Parts: sequence; structure tokens; C-alpha cells
Amino acid sequence: MLKHKNTIQVAAFTVFILACPFFLDAYWINVINNIGLYAVLALSLNFIVGYTGLFHMGHAAFFAVGAYATAILNTSYDIPIVLLLPVSGLAAAIFAYIVARPIIHLRGDYLLIVTIAIVEIVRIALVNDIFGLTGGSNGIFGISRPDFYFFDIRTPHQFFYYIWAFLALSVLLFYNLEKSRYVRALNYIKNDEVAAEGSGVNVDHLKLTAFVLGAFWAGMVGNIYASKMTLISPASFNFWESVILFVIVILGGSGSIRGVILGAFLIIGLPEIFRQFAGARMLIFGGAMVAMMVFRPQGFLPPLPRKYPVHKIQPGGEKTL
Amino acid sequence: MTLLSIKNLTKRFGGLLAVDDVSFNVEQGKIVGLIGPNGAGKTTVFNLITGNYIPDEGHILFDGRSLTGLKTHKIVSLGIARTFQTIRLFKNLTVLENVMAGCHCRMRSGILSSMLRLPFQRREERLALARALKELEFVGLKQHMDINAMNLSYGNQRLLEIARALASNPKIIILDEPAGGMNDYETNRLVLLIEKMQKRGLTVLLIEHDMNLVMRICEDIIVLEHGARIAQGKPEEITRDQRVIEAYLGIEEDEDEALEAEGRD
Ligand SMILES: Nc1ncnc2c1ncn2[C@@H]1O[C@H](COP(=O)(O)OP(=O)(O)OP(=O)(O)O)[C@@H](O)[C@H]1O
Ligand SMILES: [Mg+2]
Repeated sequence: MLKHKNTIQVAAFTVFILACPFFLDAYWINVINNIGLYAVLALSLNFIVGYTGLFHMGHAAFFAVGAYATAILNTSYDIPIVLLLPVSGLAAAIFAYIVARPIIHLRGDYLLIVTIAIVEIVRIALVNDIFGLTGGSNGIFGISRPDFYFFDIRTPHQFFYYIWAFLALSVLLFYNLEKSRYVRALNYIKNDEVAAEGSGVNVDHLKLTAFVLGAFWAGMVGNIYASKMTLISPASFNFWESVILFVIVILGGSGSIRGVILGAFLIIGLPEIFRQFAGARMLIFGGAMVAMMVFRPQGFLPPLPRKYPVHKIQPGGEKTL
Repeated sequence: MTLLSIKNLTKRFGGLLAVDDVSFNVEQGKIVGLIGPNGAGKTTVFNLITGNYIPDEGHILFDGRSLTGLKTHKIVSLGIARTFQTIRLFKNLTVLENVMAGCHCRMRSGILSSMLRLPFQRREERLALARALKELEFVGLKQHMDINAMNLSYGNQRLLEIARALASNPKIIILDEPAGGMNDYETNRLVLLIEKMQKRGLTVLLIEHDMNLVMRICEDIIVLEHGARIAQGKPEEITRDQRVIEAYLGIEEDEDEALEAEGRD
């Protein structure tokens, strides 16, 4: 019954998304594209904040490393954008490994402060044109568009398919991961670190992998973002971006794929709809957020309990671990 | 055969000597009790065994291997599982998933094989599920597997911790006051359960204040006082030991007498 309801929800949402290019103009498709990008970014942050419960407010730093890796390698060495997709992910992942490793044992508020520092340091480094590679506060322009053999991606409508296919693939992989020992272990850590370690979970290692995996995906989104904008500058990767991503995860539903996607629609989409109320927008936004945290601290769509095929296991008859 | 060997273990917290040069052996297949008054250092000994604390002096041998410098999860994977004095469950997860936590260290599938749901990973998940169900059945919590751990009764939460520990396939299970907060009925069930664990071939080391329980099931008892080991022996020997009576049982009797005296007034 419940499963049925979910399938219908997912199907309805898929139909809605697939219908978008047929009735939305370039402006609104671009909004939908931004929602898609933020959704994947927030899903990548969800590994750290949602599943593992770590206060990480510096995710824009990993996004930035991916975007700048793409921009630098593409503009200086003419490497095709699509080839740089995994490279950007890797660059962000390596960066995350280096910065997260020494701080991984920090708790709650301390970790929060350090991650805020990380995103600021990255932004300042970019503004100061570090190694003469990042173009200072003007950033880097002239980044190419994605080119596949059979078609090139230029218009918002073309980007729509590219971004949402990437999102769909990410969701599929993350959904599978949710049903594995990996995300389960992250959830154990979120619930009680000491008990997790005492049950045989390598807590520090898993926290680190959550950072590295989250950064890998954020880096890939950085690649797509850079090729979509063709121009990137440090202003796009500031602390505020990190806060928005954090809010998407918490507001939508920490540790819930559906919730995070809904969160992206609310945080990125709603302000576009209420454009005419420009002045009051942030006020309404802030008020709504306070109300949410009071009345639905779990977020709009908290994660559903995982289902296990218990009925398929014959008592006593089965081989066990 | 000696499974666990504690040698000259010492642990200080600032000026406080919590564990003072304690040595003892735990024989394979036995049920061993660690007793002593409040603050004697029992839990600290457990935390030293499981790597939660690092000893200031001394060392611990398990199955012929030194545990010095190993992290807790590694020690679990070597075959030492524990429960906590203050219950530490994954409150917001189901009973079933709590038990599956114990299976984690016996599983191998990684991020990539899980993302792609490779056959190996799916088979392993199924084996883990079967193991978790088996342990839930073993402790008698199978009918509660779908509810969140925090909704279990206190006694059942203790049993769930035991099931989680068993799911890691330990050689020795160490229980910190397993009967704490249990009523008589639950305590009796616990005694049966501990005996069933022994029949499975497990070695059990437990801390307990319920002397009745300790005297009923422990074959060997170690007594701590102020961090030091003051006695070790069979239950009959311990109840006769003058130092133990003075340091531990004696105090309780005095208290009882004092209480009775108050009651008579
Ligand atoms: N992390 C710690 N930091 C400082 N002191 C500690 C710590 N853990 C334990 N102690 C102290 O060490 C002593 C031994 O504590 P421990 O918890 O081992 O006693 P116990 O025998 O388990 O007592 P109980 O029967 O009350 O559980 C106590 O005086 C306690 O206050
Ligand atoms: Mg204790």
C-alpha cells in the first residue's frame, strides 16, 4: 500500500519533470535547471549532513574546486568539458580528503566553525588569484559547453535534459546506496557515534568517506555549472551558497532523497515565483523557515524507514553471515 | 585455554586512580563476573578492553594477540563485543537495523558495489539480514523488529543491545550491568539467555550488581575495590572471602542493618 503510494508519487513527479520542456519558456526552464543543479548539490551534501549528521557548512568549497578544475583545465588545455566531469569530481574529492582528514574527529559546533572557515579560505584564495590560475575576483570566462559526439548542449532546453539525466542517475545510485550497509552505517554514526564504533563501525573512516563522496559529486556539479555559465567567479561559491545548501537538506528532510529534492524546489523555485514581492521575499522565507523548524523539525519529507525482505528469509533454514 | 588476559592494567583520570594494576584471565567458554562497589573501576576496565580508553600501563591480550593501540571497531572485528551500562541504542532506527549494526564489521561490500547493487552485495545483505533475524529470535525480540529502538521497554532495550553485540559474531561478549533496570521476570529470562550464549560456545564477561544473578551463573568472579583487584575465585570462595565481605558485601549488610534500625524507630 505504502509502496504503491510512493511509486505513484515518483511516477507523477517524473511525468511533471519530463513535461516541463514542452510548456516552459527558456527563462523558466533555466529556473528548473538551477533547481536540478542545487538538488544534486544538496543530495551530495546530504551524505554528510543528512545521513551522517555532521554540521558541514562549507560545501560550496568542494563545488568551487570542481568548477575551477573544469574551468582551468578547459580554458588552458582545451580538454573537453565532458571528460573533465570525473576529473572535477576527483579534484574535489582529493581536496575534501586533505581538508577533512585532520578535522574529522571534531564534534558538532567545532566542526561547523572549521567548515565555515574552509569555504571562506577557498573563496579568498580564489579572489587572490592563487598560483595565477583562478583569475582573481573576475574569475574565468570562455569555458566551453558540453559536446557529445551526437549532439552539443547549448540552450537551456538542452541543458535541461543533461542536468536532469545527471540528477536521475545520481538519485538511482544514491537510492541503491541507501539500501546498503554504507548509508546504514552513516545513520548509526548520526544516532550514536560511541555505539556505532562499539558495534564495529569504523566511525572516522566512514565520516571521511562521506566527505569524499559528497565532495566528488559536488565537484561534478561544479563541472556542469561551469559549462552552463561559461563564466565563473568566486562570488558564486561563498558562505551563503553553503548555507542555502544546508537549508535545503534540513528543510526538505535530512537523509531523505525525496525531501532534499523538494527542498531544492522550495528554496530555489519559490523565490522565483514570488519575484514581484522582492522586498518581502526574504522576510517570508525566514518566517517560513522558523515555522518549519518549530513545527516540523524533521523537515517536510523525512526519510521513510527502510524495508527489508524479511519474508524471503526462512527461519533457521538460511545461511547467515 | 585463556581467551582474554589482562596484565597489570592501570588507568588514571587526573589524580584519580580508577584502575590500579589489575590482572586477571578469562578462560574460553566460561561465564565470568566482575563485581565491586560503585566507582570501583569496573566499567573503566571494560572501556580499556574495548579500546574506548587507552591504558596508562599494562596490556591486554586477546586470543594471543595484543590489543594495545587498536581502535574500538578493530577490537570488535577481532571478536570482542560489548553492551553499555547506560543503554546506547540507535534510538531512531528500527530494532532490526540496530541488530544489523553488529553485522557491519563482517561485511565487505563497498560504496561502488552497493551503488550498482552487484550480486555479491545483494547476497551479503541477505546473509546479514538472516543473521540479524536469527539474533533477534535468539533474544526473543523478533516480533518487535519493525518498531524504533526507543519504543522498546527498558528490559527489551538491554536485550536488543545484546542481540546487536551477538550479530558481530564475537568470541567473547562483555555485558555491563545487563540486569540493570530489569524486573525479576526479565532478570530470570536474562539468566537463561546468558546460559544459552555459553552453550553457543561464547565466553561471557559481565559486570553486575545483582549478587543473586552473579552467584547463580558466574563460574569465576573477580572483585574490584578502589580500582584494585581484591579477590578472584569461584562464587563460594568469594562469599567467604573476608576482604570481599568487608569491602563490598559487608558494607551492604551494614547499610541494610542501618536501614532496618531506622525502620524500627
Ligand atoms: N571518563 C572519565 N573521566 C574521569 N573520571 C572517570 C571517567 N570514567 C570513570 N571515572 C571515574 O573512575 C572511577 C571508576 O569509574 P567506573 O565507571 O569504572 O566505576 P564502576 O565500577 O563501573 O561503577 P558503577 O558500579 O557505579 O558503574 C569513578 O570514580 C569514576 O568517577
Ligand atoms: Mg560501571
